[in-house]
Amino acid sequence: MIYREAGDFKTTYKDDSQTFPIKFDRWGYYVILAIAFLVIPFVINDYWANAVFVPFLIYAIAALGLNILIGYCGQLSLGTGGFMAVGAYSVYKLMTAFPDVSMLVHVVIAGLITTCVGVLFGLPSLRIKGFYLAVATLAAQFFLVWLFNKVPWFYNYSASGMINSPERTVFGMIVTGPNTSASAKYLFCLIFLVAVAWIARNLTRGSIGRKWMAIRDMDIAAEIIGVNPLNAKLSAFAVSSFFIGISGALFFSVYLGAAEVGEAFGIQKSFLILFMVIIGGLGSIFGSFAGAAFMVLMPVFLKNVLVGWMGWPTDLAAHMEFIIVGGLIIAFLIIEPHGLAQLWRLTKEKLRLWPFPH
Amino acid sequence: MKLKLASMVLAGVMAAVPAMADLVYPSLSYRTGPYAVNGIPFADGYADYFTLINERDGGIGGVPIKMIECETGYNTEKGVECYEATKGQGALIYQPLSTGITYQLIPKASADGIPVHSMGYGRTSAANGKIFEWIFNYPANYWNGASIAINHILDINGGDIAGKSVALVYHNSAYGKEPIRTLEELSKKHGYKLTTIAVDHPGQEQKSQWLQIRREKPDYVLMWGWGVMNPVAIQEAVNIRYPMENFIGIWWSGSENDVIPAGAGANGYKALAFHGVGNDYPLYGDLQKYVVDAGKAAGAGDQLGTVLYNRGLYAAMLAVEATKKAQAIHGVAQVTPAMVRDGMEALEITEASMAALGLPNFGPEISVTCENHGGAGDGAVTQWDAGAQKWNLISDFGPSDMDVIGKLIAGDSAAYAAENKISERCN
Repeated sequence: MIYREAGDFKTTYKDDSQTFPIKFDRWGYYVILAIAFLVIPFVINDYWANAVFVPFLIYAIAALGLNILIGYCGQLSLGTGGFMAVGAYSVYKLMTAFPDVSMLVHVVIAGLITTCVGVLFGLPSLRIKGFYLAVATLAAQFFLVWLFNKVPWFYNYSASGMINSPERTVFGMIVTGPNTSASAKYLFCLIFLVAVAWIARNLTRGSIGRKWMAIRDMDIAAEIIGVNPLNAKLSAFAVSSFFIGISGALFFSVYLGAAEVGEAFGIQKSFLILFMVIIGGLGSIFGSFAGAAFMVLMPVFLKNVLVGWMGWPTDLAAHMEFIIVGGLIIAFLIIEPHGLAQLWRLTKEKLRLWPFPH
Repeated sequence: MKLKLASMVLAGVMAAVPAMADLVYPSLSYRTGPYAVNGIPFADGYADYFTLINERDGGIGGVPIKMIECETGYNTEKGVECYEATKGQGALIYQPLSTGITYQLIPKASADGIPVHSMGYGRTSAANGKIFEWIFNYPANYWNGASIAINHILDINGGDIAGKSVALVYHNSAYGKEPIRTLEELSKKHGYKLTTIAVDHPGQEQKSQWLQIRREKPDYVLMWGWGVMNPVAIQEAVNIRYPMENFIGIWWSGSENDVIPAGAGANGYKALAFHGVGNDYPLYGDLQKYVVDAGKAAGAGDQLGTVLYNRGLYAAMLAVEATKKAQAIHGVAQVTPAMVRDGMEALEITEASMAALGLPNFGPEISVTCENHGGAGDGAVTQWDAGAQKWNLISDFGPSDMDVIGKLIAGDSAAYAAENKISERCN
């Protein structure tokens, strides 16, 4: 009834091809942005920032990055954790080498370094496809983790191999280190997420995105109609690694504050982000957000309900979390194999007709 | 989206429930995952001691204790969540039982003004109280452990181990890497040859590492393992018929759960210890009466008397004693985290005070000062008797090589201070 496109006339091509063609969607988007930027920073506390929002924002960036590679370009990758580690260790080296430079610059440069590494490990994708490529990127994952464990230069020769993020600022505001305010952490990550999502959206509906999708759908056909697979695949690896590098940099410097590569960026991180993308929906920007929210918030929510409200023992609750989250994942994939994004799409279709479906 | 927002609001409301008029001790435990086998006994001991104090003494100085348990699964991200969830409830002291989580909490807890007691783990250089105001790691740390193990080898060999070979099998994480530098320094001093062999998390697969040991035949093997890595390593050592009396684990690799799976083959395996073993202490009478018989034991209640249960008791005991000290210093019963820190810094554990608590000869004497947050660094060696299924202390609590360790601590803490622009205290 309220959610409909009737009466929403477009008179220019620009209007017609905008991201949110339906007025209701558009307003919803503006309202969410306004709340995210103007309301939440003023009410957020340490728990909300560190346990809920910051991990969600950072994982959403990583999921967007992986979604470009897998969902849009069809290149299966299991190296996400390793690429996040590249971002984290780059930003660590930059932070300690150039303490006076703004963190904004450091994070972007860390993303660019990850881009180079990602393109390098993307080269095999020109020769191998599908599961074989997944295995090749798996090698990247293990190699990078091994590298950061093995070479002491990366962790500045510290006794334990841990990297610690010192206090750094953006325009005089502290964004890393223990004295960071909750709202600064949140806003810093939010700015990156919004920028990354905006870039992703505009890339995927432009010519580059169409080339990626052509490669994904059928690479030989794409080549015949004039898509250069070298450019398309490597650009997907580049953009994807750039986003994942940013998320890794934020994950270490803003969220964790101290990290060791095997524990923070191991193979389980690659799987976690892959699951986010699959559950959220392959080839969907919204899906990346939904998947990240599901995988990050669900365990925290369940823990608070089971332990905080119902007073269950913590071990029982932790095991139940696994069962419930696992069960939900299976249920979602059976009900809707195309992920939460497709569920959302269907809901919107139904809402347009509601309450008169015939 | 709305549903998600609603659920998030729900979670936040619950996280923000304040608790007043209690002494809050968070227990960042792990009863799930590959490290649960070691996490459970510690968490049970920690909880049971607080239950005992509540039931027998009515709390500390008349104020009841509230322990909040939070499951970390030995995972640093969950550790952050647990820290944030519990710190708002008035947490007095954190004992995360994880070196990785300790590393994260060091800057955070220092900024929030909550003491962290990483007893026998964590960042070793936190022993330097001049730099680490809020962090304590008495009574002993990893570098003491490394030195005590080498001292034990020296004792066996009559003080000369030049030319001997020592292999270190370690968990490939901050925890396992901690002793390497000390062992390297000590190898320069004593002339033994050190080989380091890493085992990746979680450590269920160690065939290649032990093949290397079988090939190189080191005279002694030291182990820095945790969780499922321990029983696997001991089993592999048995499989290659490595002489168990030459295999020495750190205190985190020396619990019943680590050796029992290897059966009779584990007989003679050695591990370090910084507190007593077994349940032959008067305190256990009270535990039986007030906690176990009352049906208030934590977990399954089957861990009493095990090594890590004792360590949990010990950790809780030290926290309670520090709180008592804080109450005495400040003259108030409802202490704050800052007051507890003062109590920790003035903590004196003597033989008489341990006996009064029902734990005679349980651990070394501790005397914490502003400069020294690490205690004396004494430790002992225990040996597993597979026939009797128990650990026996085979040495006294002896000193470690503080000449070497002191320099390393000064160097590492100075690096931390420079990185974080901290100026020295206690001057």
